[in-house]
Amino acid sequence: MIGYLARRIGAAAVILLVICAVTFVIFYVLPTDPALAACGKTCTPEYLARVRAEMGLDQPVHTQFWLYVSGVFAGREGCGFPCFGYSYQNALPVWDLLLDRLGASVSLAIGAAVLWLVAGVGIGVISALRQGSALDRTLMIATLTSASLPVYFVAMLLLLLVVRVTRILPYPAYVELTTDPVAWASNLLLPWVTLAALYAAMYARMSRAQLIETMAEPYIRTARAKGLPERIVVGKHGMRAAMTPIVTIFGMDLGGLLAGAMITETVFGLPGIGRLAYDGIVKADQPVILGTTLLAAFFVVFANLAVDLLYGVIDPRVRYS
Amino acid sequence: MILSVTDLTVSFGEVRVVDGVSFSVQCGKTLGIVGESGSGKSVSSLAVMGLHRNASVRGSIEFDGEELVGASPERLRSLRGSRMAMIFQDPLSSLHPFFTVGEQVAEAYRLHRRTSRKAARERAVEMLAEVGIPEPRRRAGEHPHRFSGGMRQRVMIAMALACEPDLLIADEPTTALDVTVQAQILELIARIQAERGLAVIMITHDLGVVARVADEVLVMYGGRAAEHAPARTVFAGPAHPYTRGLLASVPGAGLDRLVAIPGSPPSPQNPPGGCRFHPRCPSALDVCASERPALLGGGHKVACHLEGALHAVRH
Repeated sequence: MIGYLARRIGAAAVILLVICAVTFVIFYVLPTDPALAACGKTCTPEYLARVRAEMGLDQPVHTQFWLYVSGVFAGREGCGFPCFGYSYQNALPVWDLLLDRLGASVSLAIGAAVLWLVAGVGIGVISALRQGSALDRTLMIATLTSASLPVYFVAMLLLLLVVRVTRILPYPAYVELTTDPVAWASNLLLPWVTLAALYAAMYARMSRAQLIETMAEPYIRTARAKGLPERIVVGKHGMRAAMTPIVTIFGMDLGGLLAGAMITETVFGLPGIGRLAYDGIVKADQPVILGTTLLAAFFVVFANLAVDLLYGVIDPRVRYS
Repeated sequence: MILSVTDLTVSFGEVRVVDGVSFSVQCGKTLGIVGESGSGKSVSSLAVMGLHRNASVRGSIEFDGEELVGASPERLRSLRGSRMAMIFQDPLSSLHPFFTVGEQVAEAYRLHRRTSRKAARERAVEMLAEVGIPEPRRRAGEHPHRFSGGMRQRVMIAMALACEPDLLIADEPTTALDVTVQAQILELIARIQAERGLAVIMITHDLGVVARVADEVLVMYGGRAAEHAPARTVFAGPAHPYTRGLLASVPGAGLDRLVAIPGSPPSPQNPPGGCRFHPRCPSALDVCASERPALLGGGHKVACHLEGALHAVRH
């Protein structure tokens, strides 16, 4: 088990390093010059060279890469561990920017996850238990529609209907949970619903398929033959087996979202990691792009690892050696 | 009689899968129900258990004097697992992969007897010991995939018998097992049956199993009873051409060579008219294609025009 864990963590580190290198190279071959942007309108060649040297851009790319990676793990002069460099736009440390934005992204991801799990699994179970009924068909058409709509469309539609037309809620302005929990929730409600609409639809379809498949298993017949009431047959024997694959997919989806939902955050103006990444890309801000990419990769890779380890706990047939 | 089934008919929509079958079992005795797949033998037993989903059941199923056809689902549920129990063909897929065998054996006991978790757990260990699982206390905490095929079927038996039912329905319990393990499982069922006076319905396509355990045999074909008699009588003098065909196709039945029954079982959607066996019957008469033969005879009942005619001549 310890050996397995060590191998998996080693593999995760390699993946992160490769992602970092690829992002670095992509940025290096792009025809943009951050030094030129930083230098301003009245730029002389001498001043430009000085800016370039300050930013470390006069070094060969592998030296830049090494400086970056060693900075992440050990920090470097004037930039403590973990050093992700400074934003080209405002010279703030990228690590501080990430920490600053993490709260909004995590709030968005976790709130949406609770919503979509409850709604998605709930709809899936109801549909599965009434397979073929009018209700089942209606729900499945609704989920297919919801899963097909692009996130920005749902976001815009919600803004239009809830904020502009009916004025039920004001335009979202992020408030931290610790400042005012009620304002936090009410301002995040629309982004939560936007994200949850997409994921709930997918989870409803997956849960329905899983539960229908499980309920046809011989061990369900055994449970009925034992005289268990139907609520235990479905709720315990059926759900235990049907939800196992859903848990693993949920882990990865949540991992992917923790580091920001770029479109949702941008449309609703949420100060999250996704919004930070979007601004970084628009401004060709390499340290910010690298930082947000690495953070997202970190969440995905470790969500995967967590899910794999968890699988050994929830499915007794899987044991690692 | 702990169970008497009279004129049982089970249909799925327009399709009659079981058509007017009667049988009964008494405590301590074993009824063997023999037939090919699709003969209605499993459906009949599921109907007894009230596990026929989406099927309509007619006729009478009397369990210990109580009519079960038309009984409330709740009543059937309270009988299932407590007074009548069932074991199935494939013990691995019939056990839940995510729960320990101890939990699965204890579950029905705890529910029906309303005992504490701890008492049910003790009962599970006791049952696992009774069905011959070594180190039952340790193994109760393991999951089904850690058990061999024979051990899994023992677990199924422990689960079925935890509440001391009066009737055990065994649906092809040894089909998925090795031959040597088959014998052990049959011996185990016979031993517990003798100890507890359990009534057993053994459903199988294997005449060898029936010859070994059954007191009485019901041969089913195309959803109907073909022959119904004490086991000795059937094996000494099978009267229905189908039963004779089945016996001739068993290896080691004393015949020089094996004979297969030509053709294939009738489709339930579109069964042949008259006697359902007539398209495959070596001695079919004209009447067999048009008239349904009645199940006639006293101790040895046969549904065959040929036998009916002989019977009439004899008396």
